[in-house]
Amino acid sequence: MQGLTARPLVNRLRRRAERQRLIARGIRRRNALRPVAIRTAQIAREDILCLATLRDERARLPYFLDYYRNLGVRHFLMVDNASRDGSSDYLRVQPDVSLWWTDHSYKGARFGMDWINWLLLRHGRGHWCLTVDPDEFLVYPHMEHRPLSALTSWLDATGRRSFPAMLLDMYPKGPIEDAICAEGQNPFDVARFFDPANYSIQKNPYFGNLWIQGGPRTRAFFTHDPLSGPALNKIPLVKWSARYAYVSSTHMLLPRGLNLVYDEDGGEQVSGCLLHAKFLSSFTTKSAEELDRRQHYGNSQEYRAYHAGLHQGVQLWCSESREFRDWRQLEDLGLISRGNWA
Amino acid sequence: MKAGVQVRLGVVLLCHDDLGLAARLARVWADGGARVAIHVDAKVPARKDASLRRALADCDGVIFTRRHRCSWGRFSLVRATQDAAEDLLDRFSDTTHVYLASGACLPLRPVAELTAYLAADPDRDHIESVSSHDVGWTVGGLNEERFTLFFPFDWKRRRWLFDRFVDWQRRRRICRRMPAGLSPHLGSQWWCLTARTLRAILDDPRRAEFDRFFRFTWIPDESYFQTLVRRHSSNVESWSLTMAKFDHTGRPYSLYDDHVDMLAESRCFVARKVWPGAARLLSHFPLPDQGQPQVDPPQPARVSRIINQTVRRRVLGRPGLYMQSRFPRKDAENGKTSAPYAVIQGLADLFPGFEPWLQKHLSCQVHGHLLGPEGVEFAGRARTGPGAISADPLIRDRDPQGFLTSLIRITDRTQVLQFSPRDNQALNWFMATDPNAHMLVVTGAWKLPLLHSDMPFDDVRRVFAQLQRTELEQLEVLNSLWVRARLHHHDLGDFLLNPKPILQDFLLQIDPHSVPITTLPAMRDLTGLDQMLRRLRNAGLRPRLMGEDLPPIELLSPERAAAE
Repeated sequence: MQGLTARPLVNRLRRRAERQRLIARGIRRRNALRPVAIRTAQIAREDILCLATLRDERARLPYFLDYYRNLGVRHFLMVDNASRDGSSDYLRVQPDVSLWWTDHSYKGARFGMDWINWLLLRHGRGHWCLTVDPDEFLVYPHMEHRPLSALTSWLDATGRRSFPAMLLDMYPKGPIEDAICAEGQNPFDVARFFDPANYSIQKNPYFGNLWIQGGPRTRAFFTHDPLSGPALNKIPLVKWSARYAYVSSTHMLLPRGLNLVYDEDGGEQVSGCLLHAKFLSSFTTKSAEELDRRQHYGNSQEYRAYHAGLHQGVQLWCSESREFRDWRQLEDLGLISRGNWA
Repeated sequence: MKAGVQVRLGVVLLCHDDLGLAARLARVWADGGARVAIHVDAKVPARKDASLRRALADCDGVIFTRRHRCSWGRFSLVRATQDAAEDLLDRFSDTTHVYLASGACLPLRPVAELTAYLAADPDRDHIESVSSHDVGWTVGGLNEERFTLFFPFDWKRRRWLFDRFVDWQRRRRICRRMPAGLSPHLGSQWWCLTARTLRAILDDPRRAEFDRFFRFTWIPDESYFQTLVRRHSSNVESWSLTMAKFDHTGRPYSLYDDHVDMLAESRCFVARKVWPGAARLLSHFPLPDQGQPQVDPPQPARVSRIINQTVRRRVLGRPGLYMQSRFPRKDAENGKTSAPYAVIQGLADLFPGFEPWLQKHLSCQVHGHLLGPEGVEFAGRARTGPGAISADPLIRDRDPQGFLTSLIRITDRTQVLQFSPRDNQALNWFMATDPNAHMLVVTGAWKLPLLHSDMPFDDVRRVFAQLQRTELEQLEVLNSLWVRARLHHHDLGDFLLNPKPILQDFLLQIDPHSVPITTLPAMRDLTGLDQMLRRLRNAGLRPRLMGEDLPPIELLSPERAAAE
């Protein structure tokens, strides 16, 4: 077996089988999604779509939708995984949201990716599709002057099919419980800080993606087992085709070429960041609840670690934390790059 | 400006997609008094073409020419230009200059300024035309071969056939001959020719022969007019009036709203290519007619500088940066680290209080054993280092290179770290081949802590053997041909004879403003070292790395070192 896997052709065939399996799995599970408000007929040819799975995110949604509307997302395709806080009621009346509802297992659907893969296959083909969580906010070079469509048309013109955006965990100064973000408020008014350089990178030769770990979570919550800290590499923006499939969250895709978003000859490709508004006061209640549900990656190991950490009143802020300013700051720090998008 | 010269400008506008933008720009030209001949790619649906015609129906000076299917790099683009230019010159026979532009070329200055500029020297042809022997900037490696091989296949759609056919012709040593009297020239495809020159090119009695030749050259729109203008004009200004910047793959840069100031400052007449959604750019340009046309020449230097910086960033990247979209493979880093740093091996073993002593002498940040086995010894033993880097050795050892490079990149001060054979050795090659590394290596110094360790002799022997093996492996790296670090290598005996000058030299090298050394820190007691070594030798080990002939022990006494 060792000898076989060393052969590129065998690996290619394995990846192809894996990709077809993932696509078939998405198709098979399409019935789990019950349409609530379907406005997909509005989607025009060049529209940028945003896809998200959510659960109990009512308070976050207004800011989330407005943020991406301002960037130029034209339609939202959202899956509500049995929210009980009125998220569905809010989303179903939004003019640019198509909503599906499901009470199937999040974990059983590969943490929602089966649903997303199906929606991408059904509605995303030929569009630039942004797949994010409701607490992830895309930051990319020149964003104050250029809408998302400028980026995607430039990516089109340069023959790129995917755009990487590393997850950047944002946190408040002081205890997380005290970081209260009101509905509609910019969460990064409260959680303003991030780790500037605390990231380790490894290359995954099979899928071709970079595996990035680190940040405050690894520093504060995974001290006992730092190597199992969460992955931060993400490829959320993809010009979708029926042949594509997300493998594990939005960390990597198949075919493999979509993961090759970095330059190996010393140059820099264009990249952005997903600011992660996770560490707010709502997180403490959520982590207790998610711990009971055990629906998250690795037996909710993350949430368990957080919960243990939060009870001890852990602060994520340290004297080396930086306060978020704008994308230029992130570029100077080397977290994102404009590549040759002048 | 010569008085009485009347410039009648005609514009050939090649449009491929986004006809809405094209209509807008055609109107800009027409409103500025130019006649416009529009060629719409035959691949564009008839519906869109019709709406473009409708949108421009009220403009008198706009004509539409025969549509060709154009594909990039093929002769069809030249054919479209020829037909459009012929139509334009037939329809408006008093045209004096013809400007070739695309549906995404944005006039930055009023058209009146362009005509005034052309009127200043009305017989001049503005076309970039560089002899293909001297061109260094073409992308893709095809320079001379553009003319000497046949290119019948489309590069974008039939890439495989294109490449195979080129290979085959190279093997067969195929070499087409240029038509007699022509010398190959290349240049930007956007030009402005006088009607006289353009007519001469179009009505050339040998045009059929030339067209036959250029039909199978590569990217003839960058060479057809550029070559033929040399045959018909003696007044060539080899400089395109259209500012078009290309990246390293030959794709034009797009212009966005935030480029307004830069473009206004450049004083170029026309720029490409404008992103159709750049509303502010499109409303800002062309600049309003001031009544009194300015004829100052374009100054694209600043734009060029900015574009070149971006190309540099894309091609070379920032040295020492490893991130999600820059992960250079080994030896392709263009700078392994971003700034100089110093690695000191052995002195912390020799002088127990070395680290605080060193910090007093240097403005650098002095760390302990950053790669130490128990943990990352940041300066002051902080739990999180600069840039919030974790002090956990497990995290560090997952990606030691990333650890070191991030640390060096995030800090402003020079980083100094202690090193020993006990530490993680994963970076030995990396540091030794990095020109930014300043290394002071005193081999064999790791023996001194063992001397005073009070460990059982069997353990001392085991640890001794292990550390000695590690250091010998490290020395293979340091003695290799590939070392690029500034390496100062001494064995223990060698160093002890002259500790202060060696250290002083090194400190001056990493920090020219370092405090001069007056006293060395207290040295470990060396008594018993030779007994330990003899005992180890008798236990079957071969102690090395002390220097071939260790000086007599009395020379090495700490009193002497302190007295110096």
